[in-house]
Amino acid sequence: MPTILEVKNLQTRFRTYDGLVYAVNGISYELNEGETLGVVGESGCGKSVSMLSIMGLIPQPPGIIAGGQALYRDSDLLKKSEEELRHIRGKEIAMVFQDPMTSLNPVLTIGFQIGETLQLHMAMNADQARQRTVELLEMVGISQPDRALDNYPHQFSGGMRQRAMIAMAIACMPQILIADEPTTALDVTIQAQIVELVKRLRDEIGMAIIWITHDLGIIAGLAQRVIVMYAGFIVEHASVDEVYDNPRHPYTISLLGALPRVDMSREERLVSIPGMPPNLIGLPKGCPFAPRCRFVVDRCRQENPPLISIAPNHEIACWVNVQTGDLQ
Amino acid sequence: MRDEILVRVENLKKHFPIRRGILFQRQVGAVQAVDDVSFDIFRGETMGLVGESGCGKSTTGRTMLRLYPPTGGSVRFNGQNIFQSNGRDLLAIRRQAQMIFQDPYASLNPRWTVNAIVGEPLWVHGLVKGRHAQTERVQELLKLVGLNPMYVNRYPHEFSGGQRQRIGVARALASEPEFIICDEPISALDVSIQAQVVNLLEDLQDKLGLTYLFIAHDLSMVRHICDRVAVMYLGKIVELAQKDELYNQPLHPYTQALLSAVPVPDPKAERQRQRIILTGDVPSPVNPPSGCRFHTRCPIAQSLCSEQEPEWHDPTASSGHWVACHLV
Repeated sequence: MPTILEVKNLQTRFRTYDGLVYAVNGISYELNEGETLGVVGESGCGKSVSMLSIMGLIPQPPGIIAGGQALYRDSDLLKKSEEELRHIRGKEIAMVFQDPMTSLNPVLTIGFQIGETLQLHMAMNADQARQRTVELLEMVGISQPDRALDNYPHQFSGGMRQRAMIAMAIACMPQILIADEPTTALDVTIQAQIVELVKRLRDEIGMAIIWITHDLGIIAGLAQRVIVMYAGFIVEHASVDEVYDNPRHPYTISLLGALPRVDMSREERLVSIPGMPPNLIGLPKGCPFAPRCRFVVDRCRQENPPLISIAPNHEIACWVNVQTGDLQ
Repeated sequence: MRDEILVRVENLKKHFPIRRGILFQRQVGAVQAVDDVSFDIFRGETMGLVGESGCGKSTTGRTMLRLYPPTGGSVRFNGQNIFQSNGRDLLAIRRQAQMIFQDPYASLNPRWTVNAIVGEPLWVHGLVKGRHAQTERVQELLKLVGLNPMYVNRYPHEFSGGQRQRIGVARALASEPEFIICDEPISALDVSIQAQVVNLLEDLQDKLGLTYLFIAHDLSMVRHICDRVAVMYLGKIVELAQKDELYNQPLHPYTQALLSAVPVPDPKAERQRQRIILTGDVPSPVNPPSGCRFHTRCPIAQSLCSEQEPEWHDPTASSGHWVACHLV
């Protein structure tokens, strides 16, 4: 499959009163057409910031895009002007955010907000946009779409708002959908509805998806490839089966060990990762996970390991081979 | 030990009035947050209470300890009715029944030091004499929950989310309770930190012989930590059983849908799982559906379900698997 988005060595920093925050520290990955890529990590690991960076949604200042490229169809998104980006955002690359209440405008109707996208990008007039909006709301499973159109966001439940956000995102049939924890604020039964909906739309529209989450469960059923992030670095990158069956980075291993399963009884204790994620003010010397790692060796504290390939479609950033205990 | 009932909840009701009018506020309705809930908690066990947001699980916990004035029913703690106790009796019960809250940012007074926060129950219940003794006891408690005793004079903002939750646990333990209601104690924490807090709660239970009511929406974690589990929907308990029984053979259609909606961190299992996708949202508790409250979303509902409230019964007749459904 051809590559649609290629991110190279992306670095994002924030200037704060306490010092420079190293939010994203040189991450590189590719997204192929029609593929679903999962990005997993805990809060503050840079997963959202890395996506906002390539969309040009980081306010500068205080943000600084310190380096890197984001090649969308061979042109660098990071070099585009605000005007050029506006034609891509929402049309070719769309985004769905975590909290549908704060990302919808409370004083405008749902229909207006979706129609606005259509009028702007698809050169539709108001009537055409309205008609298309009804179709879109129907596609995302909102009942009585011709009436729901004139409702305000507060009249929708959380699940319906997220459906409306998705309708807005797919309005222009984007090539890439970036979903930033779209189900985190929702209940599990509603989450299941949204995940089913996105899967169906993915197959209908054929768009590529980047799904950001902290929930390793959702990704397992949704993504083909997974990136695990920690402290602004990619620490593991592999196909979905490899990540879950054969995780090789100590962080991924611990993260999976910390998760109980609903379909299996587990009597042993959960693996708890001691300590907490590092403060990102100032880059750590050595591997950022070293202070919490079970497998740590001297070299980890001195040098940060690069992302290396250990098998086809499997990369990790770790000095230690956790299976043999040898250095890589 | 398991057969001794520590807490008996009978027909617990909590309705929040809805009032209209400016000067003469008349009651125009009620949010039936908890309606006729009964269950027992045995000494030394962990009882789970699960359900989606708005189902009344937190209200149940809070009403049990009279943080909300109850609308009806009774809660017996060691045989003593909490709702009819006052003054010294109530104080004595509150000493033995404590609570840990969901949001470690909101449940600790930001202007108080850890010493004051964890020490408050000590002087309220007259457990220590003098400042020095209090500080010493607080330091012991901090050690017990895995915090550095040197932190006594720090303020909540100096701690991370996981550490704050440990302070909340230390405060709950200060009065040497027998019973602790954990109201979503890990929902606000990152995955790696969740495991730390869950392991801490389990260790403390082993060490101190505590009994927990564990309120959560994370069904995987509940399966891990609990002995028995009750499932709530719209103010009612719909099913209650031993955890493995409930997770392996859920009887109520709502429990079945809820369990099937939880994603599993295993791509192979995910591909094979059958999801029961519920349509629509949870109805409003102001005007709950007639008969069985789940009938509006139930995939197997019949006409009987909307007419008659299902009886709370044990179809297995022996294993203590209770369910409220006409069709099982």
